[in-house]
Amino acid sequence: MNPLALIGQLVLSLLQTVGELTLFAARAIFQGMAGPYYPRAILRQMIDIGYYSLPVVGLTAIFTGMVLALQSHTGFSRFEAQSAVATIVVLSMTRELGPVLAGLMVAGRVGASMAAELGTMRVTEQIDALTTLSTNPFKYLVWPRVLAGFLMLPLLVLVADIIGVLGGYLVGVYKLGFGPLEYLNRTFDYLETEDVVSGLVKAAIFGFLVALMGCYHGYKSRGGAQGVGAATTMAVVSASILILTANYIVTEVFFSS
Amino acid sequence: MTDSAAQPKIRIRGLKKSFGKKHILRGIDLDVGKGESVVVIGGSGTGKSVLLKCILGILDPDEGTIEIDGVDVTKASRSQREEVMHKFGMLFQGAALFDSLPVWENVAFGLLQVDRLGRDEAKKKAIETLAQVGLGADVADLSPAELSGGMQKRVGLARAIARRPEILFFDEPTTGLDPIMADVINDLIAHSVRELGASAISITHDMASARKIADRVTMLYKGELIWDGKVSEIDNSGNPYVDQFINGHADGPIELDVRAA
Repeated sequence: MNPLALIGQLVLSLLQTVGELTLFAARAIFQGMAGPYYPRAILRQMIDIGYYSLPVVGLTAIFTGMVLALQSHTGFSRFEAQSAVATIVVLSMTRELGPVLAGLMVAGRVGASMAAELGTMRVTEQIDALTTLSTNPFKYLVWPRVLAGFLMLPLLVLVADIIGVLGGYLVGVYKLGFGPLEYLNRTFDYLETEDVVSGLVKAAIFGFLVALMGCYHGYKSRGGAQGVGAATTMAVVSASILILTANYIVTEVFFSS
Repeated sequence: MTDSAAQPKIRIRGLKKSFGKKHILRGIDLDVGKGESVVVIGGSGTGKSVLLKCILGILDPDEGTIEIDGVDVTKASRSQREEVMHKFGMLFQGAALFDSLPVWENVAFGLLQVDRLGRDEAKKKAIETLAQVGLGADVADLSPAELSGGMQKRVGLARAIARRPEILFFDEPTTGLDPIMADVINDLIAHSVRELGASAISITHDMASARKIADRVTMLYKGELIWDGKVSEIDNSGNPYVDQFINGHADGPIELDVRAA
């Protein structure tokens, strides 16, 4: 095949996917907000994303906080700046690692499960059945998931921030020899509201993206078990890439302001 | 003003649908009267499911009109479309039960989400509807995965009739069932359609099913309706395609497509 034609095809295909995804997101938001609402479906998704993701996000956060304390101590001790360990841990967790790692873990756990669930519903005609029961699938399936992702990931990240700081505290106090009060003082001395808020804003965006990609790939899946498998993979991969991309953009916006 | 007595419940004119270069429906004209049960027969890949999905609004046709009680749903506003959808009940080939919900919530789905009935009242109605299809209250709290194929079809039928629809659709209702269970489902379908006074469109390639549930039979071949007549006339249709299909002969004018539509 002509290489130029191939490049053209790839660009067109990318543009088509971006267009479809944008329309899908707009339909989910506008149709979902217009009601009717399904409180039980929304609550179920909030529990699934928020409550059931706590163990995996908590474990990620505590080990990340512990490793951060060890690594920053190793680095900063080379120029006698070990006292910055607590500050580094809290800033890294709240501004960056809390939202990004929680987002990636939720993409793996929840995004994949959403794509698999909606994909199976698609290939077994359950989504068509919803339509015949006068129920809009965007309002009943997509909006509750997207809304729950948007609302619950900031809460998860808040918990992850606290657990991450706790991990740093445990290593700082029991391994690196900081005094408990000293470590806590250094944690909060340089922490500003914006550090936490920027992380929570990122988390809300990541939660939206994870749920959107899970729903989009599940909803569009075709071709039986293989199609559902491919949709699940695509949901996780695309959500992860979008999280990392959006992370830079949001950081840039907060950094500039 | 349209004469409502003469107006068919469903009127389809010039319906066309293609996927890429593949023309699935090539200009379908079909009327279904009030209380009439029409069965569309035809081999795999002839466009039966696409026809049904176009009527249900799951697929948008490329050309043609689909009138339900005089309302052309291909041009209707969203609110008109939703009003028309309230008249529908559908039994899917694989039952398409929601596996995240127990049986009674599947049956009561429309009552809960559309009619906004309370959960207690909806469950009571669901159990009554389950009884109509020969299932006891003991299955109400089971998950669909715990049911046999025949029971899933019955639950699917109960879900389709729970809101007492004016129009029922059946997609291959007996596929995958043993002959006895297939006959039970056919009887239930015929009884439900009669009891509701509903119009019905069924698609099937099971001739025993077609003979049992149809008032009228029409045959779809290569995207066109090639024969239409009363079920009693089907054995003397004089159409070689119909004769080959209903007798299940390998030799004849029908060419088998090996690829799915």
